[in-house]
Amino acid sequence: MNLKTPALPGVAAIPPRRRRRYPPLNALIGGGLLAALVLLALLGVVWTPYDPLKLDLLSRLHAPNAVHWLGTDEFGRDVFSRLIIGARTSLWISLLSVSVAVVCGTLIGMLAGYLRGWTDRILMMLNDALLAFPGILMALGIMAIVGASQYGIVLALGIAYTPSVVRVVRGSVLSLRELEFIEASRVIGNSELYTMFRHITPNCLAPLCVLATSMFGWALLSESALSFLGLGVPPPAATWGSMLSASRTYISNAPWLGIFPGIFISLTLLAINLFGDALRDRLDPRMRK
Amino acid sequence: MAVPTLLLISVIVFALIRLIPGDPALLMLGDMADPQSLADMRSSLGLDHSVVTQYLIWIKSVLSGDLGVSISSRQPVLDLLVERFSVSATVVLVAVLLATLLAVPVGLLAAWKQNSAMDLGLVVTATLLLSVPSFWLGLLLLYVFGIQLGWLPVIGYVGFGSDPMKALTYVVLPIVTLTLVEFGAIARMARASTIEVLRLEYIAHARAKGLSEGAVLWKHALRNAFAPTWTLIGLILGNLLGGIAVLETVFTLPGIGRLMVDAIFSRDYPVLQGCLLLITCIYVLVNLLVDLLYPLFDPRVKL
Repeated sequence: MNLKTPALPGVAAIPPRRRRRYPPLNALIGGGLLAALVLLALLGVVWTPYDPLKLDLLSRLHAPNAVHWLGTDEFGRDVFSRLIIGARTSLWISLLSVSVAVVCGTLIGMLAGYLRGWTDRILMMLNDALLAFPGILMALGIMAIVGASQYGIVLALGIAYTPSVVRVVRGSVLSLRELEFIEASRVIGNSELYTMFRHITPNCLAPLCVLATSMFGWALLSESALSFLGLGVPPPAATWGSMLSASRTYISNAPWLGIFPGIFISLTLLAINLFGDALRDRLDPRMRK
Repeated sequence: MAVPTLLLISVIVFALIRLIPGDPALLMLGDMADPQSLADMRSSLGLDHSVVTQYLIWIKSVLSGDLGVSISSRQPVLDLLVERFSVSATVVLVAVLLATLLAVPVGLLAAWKQNSAMDLGLVVTATLLLSVPSFWLGLLLLYVFGIQLGWLPVIGYVGFGSDPMKALTYVVLPIVTLTLVEFGAIARMARASTIEVLRLEYIAHARAKGLSEGAVLWKHALRNAFAPTWTLIGLILGNLLGGIAVLETVFTLPGIGRLMVDAIFSRDYPVLQGCLLLITCIYVLVNLLVDLLYPLFDPRVKL
């Protein structure tokens, strides 16, 4: 049986927090994997074992060996080098798309939540209609307009994920603006704009972080999917999705071409999922045990 | 609520296609087209009217079931959509049904024995499955069962209408792939919501009444724990339909996703428009249906 003392009106109940000496295991594994992948991507800026774009027709489709650790592709390019470059492209595109969505979504969400009234109603009606499109479908539709390019994907995914951010930020703003410390900020003469950025924005951050982490995973998956379909970064640039797509032709005699990019995508998604779970446990008050 | 949303969706889909830079007639006919056929194309597309009139004309014909004619195949878009959608819908529905039937009991049992070895095993498996992209899992399965073992065809498709047994061999791998991928998401959700439910007082009460653990779990906990999973299933269905193109590319299935991607490449805008509209409308309607059926699982929610 669980008897709780009723919260005083206007005072948020402070949940009891269990003190942990170590961060949870999923945060450690997820964070560690993610850090390793980011380091790998950064390494790719300064060094790769081979030139990822250099054709070497004499060493076509070599299986993994001591010289080419993960083998070579149909043009004799080193798979490991291309995976490193692909890490940079994939992580960078995902990061940029999430940033676009977070910045646009936060601005629109705050505007809607703060102004309320007709602005809010019209913005939210449009937002809900956009939210009715499955994210990847929206991105596909936008790719048809902007064409396959690196920044086309960023724009497409950024726009596709903005409505979810709008929803979360507006919800937070609506519940925050009724709280006493916001009123207090207004009473002591702070401008609306100052109150919004100094007091409301920081308090939206927790749910936004949780959402941004999952969006990063969706963006990475969608980017790979779009590249796989041939709507992503155009060749000869290497992305994990396009490498996977190109591997299909050689699946029977060079399976490593398809296996390694898939492992990298899965590892990244696993890292993000683990990290996101840990973050949600930590930040979402409803999930606190 | 659904009707204004659907109308707004139609406006967005219309606007998306109109936003494609350049002259649609020129894009469709190519640079070599003579001025006369360009002018004919423009008027057949209604481009000589204002944008609002164009939308009204378009939505009127959409509502009467006329989605235009495909530019590349000259078939009516509606016929194409129906034909291709049935392939995708079969795969997605069967996969989600299988995943639910497998994942919900497993999630329930794992929650019941929370922190046991079985629970840990499920959490690890589900998280791993959740992290594997469907198109990669599909490729791996294709490699193992199609190429290495040679049990299943690697390429092509046969409709259920012509040869049901043969058709089955073409859809079994896509279905297994989607089932595995969605199993992870559904099992995690079922486990999490069962853990919440098992803490509630009515479960303690049911146990105190002397009910067996089986009855507590399958009669009392399941119904309430299934409600959040039910919502998730609605979202999954829509997202699968939206993202099915990749899987259909892996398995060369002639579904709606493939139709849409081909339409993007061949600039077949009436088909693209139709695909966007159909998938989104189905997504909205599925989620409406999910909401309407929600009280069946959670009687506390009355619409």
